[in-house]
Amino acid sequence: MGFYLKLIWAYVKIGIFGFGGGYAMLSLVEKSVVGPGWISEQMFTDIVAISQMTPGPIGINSATYIGYVAPGSVDPALAPPLWGLLGSVLATLAVVLPSFYLVLYASHFIRRHHESGVIKGIFSGLRPVVVGLIASAAIMLMNAPNFNPNGLDWQLAVNISICICAFCLVFFPIPWRGKRIKLHPIYVIMMAGLAGYMIYG
Amino acid sequence: MISIIEKEVVDKHHWIERDDFLDLLAVAQSIPGILAVNIATAIGDRLCGMRGSVVAALGTILPSFLIILAIAIFLTPDVIKENRVVSSVFMGIRPAVVALIVAPVISSAKAARLSLKTVWIPLVVALMISLDLGMVSNPVLYIFLGGLGGYLHFVYSRRRLEGRRKEGDD
Repeated sequence: MGFYLKLIWAYVKIGIFGFGGGYAMLSLVEKSVVGPGWISEQMFTDIVAISQMTPGPIGINSATYIGYVAPGSVDPALAPPLWGLLGSVLATLAVVLPSFYLVLYASHFIRRHHESGVIKGIFSGLRPVVVGLIASAAIMLMNAPNFNPNGLDWQLAVNISICICAFCLVFFPIPWRGKRIKLHPIYVIMMAGLAGYMIYG
Repeated sequence: MISIIEKEVVDKHHWIERDDFLDLLAVAQSIPGILAVNIATAIGDRLCGMRGSVVAALGTILPSFLIILAIAIFLTPDVIKENRVVSSVFMGIRPAVVALIVAPVISSAKAARLSLKTVWIPLVVALMISLDLGMVSNPVLYIFLGGLGGYLHFVYSRRRLEGRRKEGDD
C-alpha cells in the first residue's frame, strides 16, 4: 500500500506544478518516476512515444501508463493487471485532482487578479522557465539507454541519424503540391519504428 | 483539443457564448495541470455546478484512459524487451522521441520572445535540472522561482510607473 501513496503524492505534485503544458511536465514526471527507479529510462521514453501517438493529453496518457507499469516493476507482488489497474486509476486521478479543485475554488481569485496584471506578471516570469523545462526533458532523454543501449558505435551513429532526420521532418515544413505541410509526430514515430525494425530487427 | 471543445460547446450545442468560453479559457490557462481537463471542469461548473464539473472532467479523461489502458495491458515492459520485433521497433523510436521534444523547445523559445536579458533563464534551468544534483535539480524550484521573479518584476515596474506619474504631477 505504501507504494500507492508515493505514486499519488508524486502525481499530485506533478498536477500542482504542471505549468506550460504536457512537454513542460515531462521533466517533472521523469524526475518523479525514473529518479526513484519506478520505471527504466527506456520504458519512460517508450511511454512518451506511445502517449504522443494516441489521442488525448500527454499528461493523462503518461499518468495512466506509468500508473499501470510502476507497481509491478517496483514490487513483483503488485504485478498487473489488477494492481496495475489500481495504479493507473490513482495516478490519473491524482494528476487532475489539484487543478480540478483550483478551477472550482480559485477561479474568482484568478479572474480578479487578471485585471490587475499580477497573473500576467507571474506568467511572464514562468514563460522562459517553461522553455528550460522542455529543454531539460529533451537533454535528459539524450542518454545511453536511448541512443546506445548495447555500447556499439554503429548503433550510436544510426540512432543519432534517426534523431536528426526526425527533427528535420517535424520542424521543417515539407513542400507538397505547392503547399508547405508540417508532418504530424505520429508519422515520424511510425517511420522511425519502421527504420528500427529494418535496421535492428 | 481546445478548438474541438470550443466547436462542440459554443458552435454545436450553444451551451455557452464565445466570450464566456474565452473568459473560462483564460482562467483555465492560468491554472496548472492539463489544460483540456481544466477547461472541461470550468465549463461543467458553469453549466451544472459541481456535478457538471465532475462529469465533464471524467468525460475528458476517460477516452484517453481506456485507450492507454488497452495498450498498456498488451505492451508491457517484458514484451518490449523480449519480443524481437517490438524491441527493434522501439530502438528506432527512442531517438525520434528526443527529436520530437527538441522541436517544441525551439517553438516555445520563439513564442516566449526571449531577449538577451532573458535568454539565460532557460539555459540555466535546463542545465541545472539535467545535471541531476539533488535539490537544485528539482523542476519545482525553478517553477517557483520563475513565478516569484515574474511577480517581483511586476510589482517593481508598477512602482516605477507610479513614481514617474508622481514626478509628472509635481
